Amino acid sequence: MVTGDMKHTVTAAAGRGIPNLDTRNQAHINDNDRLPPIVNGKAQFDLASGKYIKVWQGPQHPGITGNMSLELVICGDEIVECKTHVGYLHRGFEKLMERRKYIQCFPIVCRIAVPEPDFNEYLFAATVEELQGIEIPERAKWIRTLNLEMARLASFFMWLGGQAGAFGIGTQGQWTVTMRDYILDRFEELTGGRIYHMYMIPGGVRSDFPPGFTGRLRDTLDTCEATLRDVERTLFHNAVFKMRARGLGIIHPDIVDRFGVVGPNARAAGFARDVRKDHPYLVYDQLDFDVVTRTDSDAFARAEVRLEEMYQSIDLIRQILDRMPMTGPFFTKLPNVLHWRVPTGHTYKKAECTRGEYGYYLNSDGGDKPRRIYVRGPSYTHAVSLMEHLAIGCNIADTAGLMVSLHTYPPEVER
Amino acid sequence: MNAHEALQTPPEVHAVFKDVHLRFGVHGLEEVRPDQAYVRVERDDAVTLLTHLQAIHGYTHLAFFTAVDRIEDGVFELLYLVHNYHLRHDLGVIVEVPREGDGCTMDTVHHLWPAAATYQREMREMFGVAFPGCPRVEENFALEGWDELPPMRRDFDTREYSERVYYARPGRKTHDTREHMKEKIYPSEAETW
Repeated sequence: MVTGDMKHTVTAAAGRGIPNLDTRNQAHINDNDRLPPIVNGKAQFDLASGKYIKVWQGPQHPGITGNMSLELVICGDEIVECKTHVGYLHRGFEKLMERRKYIQCFPIVCRIAVPEPDFNEYLFAATVEELQGIEIPERAKWIRTLNLEMARLASFFMWLGGQAGAFGIGTQGQWTVTMRDYILDRFEELTGGRIYHMYMIPGGVRSDFPPGFTGRLRDTLDTCEATLRDVERTLFHNAVFKMRARGLGIIHPDIVDRFGVVGPNARAAGFARDVRKDHPYLVYDQLDFDVVTRTDSDAFARAEVRLEEMYQSIDLIRQILDRMPMTGPFFTKLPNVLHWRVPTGHTYKKAECTRGEYGYYLNSDGGDKPRRIYVRGPSYTHAVSLMEHLAIGCNIADTAGLMVSLHTYPPEVER
Repeated sequence: MNAHEALQTPPEVHAVFKDVHLRFGVHGLEEVRPDQAYVRVERDDAVTLLTHLQAIHGYTHLAFFTAVDRIEDGVFELLYLVHNYHLRHDLGVIVEVPREGDGCTMDTVHHLWPAAATYQREMREMFGVAFPGCPRVEENFALEGWDELPPMRRDFDTREYSERVYYARPGRKTHDTREHMKEKIYPSEAETW
C-alpha cells in the first residue's frame, strides 16, 4: 500500500512543536544536511522530489496492534515522519454510558480493551462503589485480584506472540496464543465468557468458583510456566530477536513523564513505578512481589520486564489461591438497579494493567446515569504521541516491532 | 471524605495546597481520598499553576486531560489530573470555560507535556474547545468529515442523528424499549416507571 501524492508537502515531527529529546534522533535531524530545508521551524518534505514516499501501515495489517494506522513518510527505508490515525474500531463508549443507567454501563465497559477487558470492569465497579459507599466482601476482593492477574497473564501471552511475530519469529507466537487460550478456558469456566467476561459487577463478582476450578487453574499455571521457560530459552536467546530488539525504540528517561509513559515502558527505563505497589488496591498489599525494572529502555529491555512480570503473575495467582478465603459471600446487595441513583461526586480510580496505569474518572450528578465517564488507557499516549516520536529515524522494517514493544491496544484511544 | 481519611493526607500535600492558594488563588479544595484531591482555578491562572505544580511541586505526570459538560450552567469543566510520584498523590485541577462563543477556548499545555497535544486535539473535535497554538489541533482525531455539533457535547442528540443519517432495513419491526420493558420484562416494576 504505497501512496504518493506528489502535489502535497508534509510537515516533519520535528516541527510539530514537540521537542525531540532523544539525542540520537536530535543528532540525526540536525547533522544530516541531505534532509529537507527547515521553514518557520518546520522541516518541509517535498513529496514531488521523489526522495520521499508516503506509506500507510494499517488499519488492516499484521504489524499493527489492532485496527489503527500509521501514516509514514519514508526516505529510503527510514521513517522521517509518523502520524497515528485512529477511528477504525468500535468507539463512542463514553458517550453511550452518558445515556445509560449504571447497570447498563456494566456490560459495555469491557469492550474498551479487548484482550484485557477485566480492568474496565473492575475500575467501573470500583468508581461506582466508591461514590455509593459500597464495601465489597473480603472474598470478592480476592476473586477480583485473581481475575485481574489472570487477565494480565493472558494479555502478556498475547503480546509475547505478537512481539515474536513482529520480528518474523512465528513459532513462539503459536505457543503463547495456545497458552492464552488455556487461560481463556479457565475464564470461560469462571465467568461463562472467553473474551468479555462481565464478571466484576458493582458490589462484588457475579458467581463463585465452579467445582474443581482451583485445581484446574493450578494445572494451567504449571503448563504456562513450562511453556514460558521454553519461550525464554528459544526467543530471548535467539540472535535475530536480540539483534533487532536491542537498541530499538529507546525511551529516554527524560521524556517518560513528558510523554505520559507508564507501566513496563517506564519500568524498562529504570522507573520503579507500579500502581499495585504505589496505590495498593484490592488485596495487593497482602501479596509478595517486587517491581521489575531495567535500564536499557529499548524493545529488548521492555520484553525482559514483561517476561519477568509474567512469571510474577503466575506466582501471584498461586499466592492468591493459597491465601484467599474459600468460603464466604462474594457479593453485596445493590439498590434496585433500575432506579439506582449514585450520589453526586467525582473520583478517579486506577489499576496496573499490562500496559501501565489504567484509570476511570466518574462524575455523577446524582442521577441514574453517569454525567461523565473518562477512560484513561495507557495506549492513549503510547500509541499516539510516543509512537510518533520514537518512529522517526526507525527503519520501516522495524515499525511493527517498535509498535508491539510499546504494547498498545487501539480501543483505549478511541473509547 | 470522612475525618479518619483526612488525617492520612500527607502533610506535604497540604503545604502544596497552601502554597498554590496563596500564589494562584486556587480554591474549592475537595479531598476525595488521602491520595486524591481536586481544586479549582481561574482560566487565566491555570497554565501558570500547572507549570508551577510540575516544576516546583513534582506533579510531573499528566494522567489525563478531559472535559465535563455542565450544560445547565453553560460551562465546560476542563479537568487536568496530574500526579506526583514522590508523594503518591493525584491532583485534579478544574478550570471552567464558557460552552459557547469565542470564550470556548483554553491555553495549550503541550509545551509542558507534548502528549497533551493529543488530548487537546481530541477535545477540540469532541467538545469544540479551541486550543490556539497547539500543534495539529485542527486535524481530525477519531472522526473524519464531521460537520455536525461536536459529539461529546450533551446537546448532541445521538438518537436524532442516527435516525436522520441511518435507516432500518425494510421489514424490521422496532419496539419502544421503555414500553417493551414495562410490558414484557419487568411487569412488576411498571407502576414505578
